[in-house]
Amino acid sequence: MGSACKVHGWVERMRVDLVIIGGGPAGLAAAIAAREAGIENLVILERDARLGGILNQCIHNGFGLHTFKEELTGPEYAGRYIEKVREMKIPYRLDTIVIDLGETQEDCADHGEEAGRVNGESGGRRSAAEGVREQSRGGRARKLVTAMSRKDGLYTIEAEAVILAMGCRERPRGALNIPGYRPAGIYSAGTAQRYVNMEGRMPGREVVILGSGDIGLIMARRMTLEGAKVKLVAELMPYSGGLKRNIVQCLDDYGIPLRLRTTVVNIKGKERVEAVVVAKVDENSRPIPGTEEEIPCDTLLLSCGLIPENELSGKLGLAMNPATNGPLVNESLETGVPGVFACGNVLHVHDLVDYVSEEAAQAGRKAASYLQGNLPKPQEEIPVRVGKGVRYTVPGAVDVRRMGETQLIRFRVDNVYRDKNLEVCLNGKPVSSRRKRMLAPGEMEQVVLRKADLEGVLDLREISLQIVD
Amino acid sequence: METILSPEKKELICIGCPLGCNVAVELEDGQITAITGNTCPRGADYVRKELTDPKRIVTSLVRVKGGELAVVPVKTVSDIPKGQVMDCIRELKAVELNAPVSMGDVAVKNVCGTGVDVVVTANVEKGTSCIEE
Ligand SMILES: Cc1cc2nc3c(=O)[nH]c(=O)nc-3n(C[C@H](O)[C@H](O)[C@H](O)COP(=O)(O)OP(=O)(O)OC[C@H]3O[C@@H](n4cnc5c(N)ncnc54)[C@H](O)[C@@H]3O)c2cc1C
Ligand code: SF4
Repeated sequence: MGSACKVHGWVERMRVDLVIIGGGPAGLAAAIAAREAGIENLVILERDARLGGILNQCIHNGFGLHTFKEELTGPEYAGRYIEKVREMKIPYRLDTIVIDLGETQEDCADHGEEAGRVNGESGGRRSAAEGVREQSRGGRARKLVTAMSRKDGLYTIEAEAVILAMGCRERPRGALNIPGYRPAGIYSAGTAQRYVNMEGRMPGREVVILGSGDIGLIMARRMTLEGAKVKLVAELMPYSGGLKRNIVQCLDDYGIPLRLRTTVVNIKGKERVEAVVVAKVDENSRPIPGTEEEIPCDTLLLSCGLIPENELSGKLGLAMNPATNGPLVNESLETGVPGVFACGNVLHVHDLVDYVSEEAAQAGRKAASYLQGNLPKPQEEIPVRVGKGVRYTVPGAVDVRRMGETQLIRFRVDNVYRDKNLEVCLNGKPVSSRRKRMLAPGEMEQVVLRKADLEGVLDLREISLQIVD
Repeated sequence: METILSPEKKELICIGCPLGCNVAVELEDGQITAITGNTCPRGADYVRKELTDPKRIVTSLVRVKGGELAVVPVKTVSDIPKGQVMDCIRELKAVELNAPVSMGDVAVKNVCGTGVDVVVTANVEKGTSCIEE
């Protein structure tokens, strides 16, 4: 390895089998599972000063009911995994942000044939299948992970496999399109949560919250307990996106009103928020003139949804799913670039951390299989299509040869449905149907496919899910 | 949520599962005489507890001196009567711990005389927090 090597450039690179980007619950569970499957040489890179991700600021209880059969707070749930990572002596680097992700492009003596030119059409979007075709032509491309930290500066790690676990961020408020000035006192609910729960600061005293997702509901209670007056939670949709339990225990317990089909149409105040104007909306979510009401307050919290943090995925040119804003993955949670896996909120936004840990552990095991040469190259990826009522599925394709005896498909519906059937179709023909009392966009659902069923269909071309009467 | 329909009739939303059944309860002299609207037995258990002995786990923060963070999250070890939640919060406001603190440390014993302890739910090392008061 020397300076003449074009791949290695001028610096000697750290080489590892597996890099995990993000040290939240997804990254931690993936790392533990990969190590348990025999991967020794791995590292977690986390841009924050501590492991645990978003859970560090979620001080309320309700985490881990599925996994640990007890109600933990966010930091406690994360703590269990952090302890295990330390026990297993899995290396991690804090205050380290990954800023670029690429693949080895050119051969050099040190790399030999193995590092074939893989990323041919750079910048092009590739499906999992295309990626694999390229892979079978060349050898196995290594991944180049460029990271930066105050301590070590800018450096590149060369890895055989990468797990994306960067989580998600809140929708920026610019996307909200509320007219008026932009005075101080407008925060995203998650930012407010960080202020209050990690820094012990209060963003304001009289609060209106727009959006009734779980973060908004949790913050309504938190701010109330800290002495603020939460005057109203306004929700554009005819239903809340949050859990029932949170509506009862965060709003009703404290007499905080929830108004559905309502939005903020104006923000008053130049330096600081002085009031917001709310109005009812019609079926097309347009404000109804004459229904405006001015509510004095000094703070507006926006809880308008989360989007996966996928800047890095874009740099690799991964094919994305427009419905989730996460990368498209196959049954092994492998993206369009072989050896790059994704899990947790970067893949699709989860509401229960238990499912994040479960999914991430699968990604960790699959990455281990890949590294150990036990994950056959995908040959025939059968697409999983969304039928009536289904918004998205993860995974988006299944290679029957690579799947286990069963395969979990997670999905969300596009509306509230009562007493409907969830149908799985193979080549358009229903093969199973399950009665569902209640389906809502806020609750992630799952269905299990059996390998035997899939193998039983001659010339399987398509799997689909739909909601029917 | 508890909707009082008449002194003898109330309606609650069960939080046992996403179905969120509206469960109606009839009372006579404070005693439950009928429960309807629940789809499963858990709904009945839930309203019985909510009407006779509602309890909540409380999570909040207490201040920390000399730590890398100025506050540390805490929780009641088990649920306490719903009516005492605000008293509990008030008692916690007066508490200040000294760094370092670790998960599981008792911040307050027997909070508000409930017999329930409040414990720390995260670790805060010694250091200087970047927040000036
Ligand atoms: C406010 C809130 C309340 C919630 N309440 C509940 C609840 O009550 N019960 C429940 O079960 N679940 C709850 N959840 C959901 C659950 O916490 C999340 O689904 C879970 O934390 C997602 O884990 P993750 O690892 O995918 O993402 P995160 O926890 O977001 O972790 C991602 C990590 O990646 C790091 N990172 C990102 N980009 C980079 C980069 N370029 N380089 C290095 N590191 C990077 C981030 O710093 C972060 O630490 C809640 C979530 C939120 C936001
Ligand atoms: S009564 Fe049963 S079915 Fe109905 S919400 Fe409660 S737990 Fe769910």
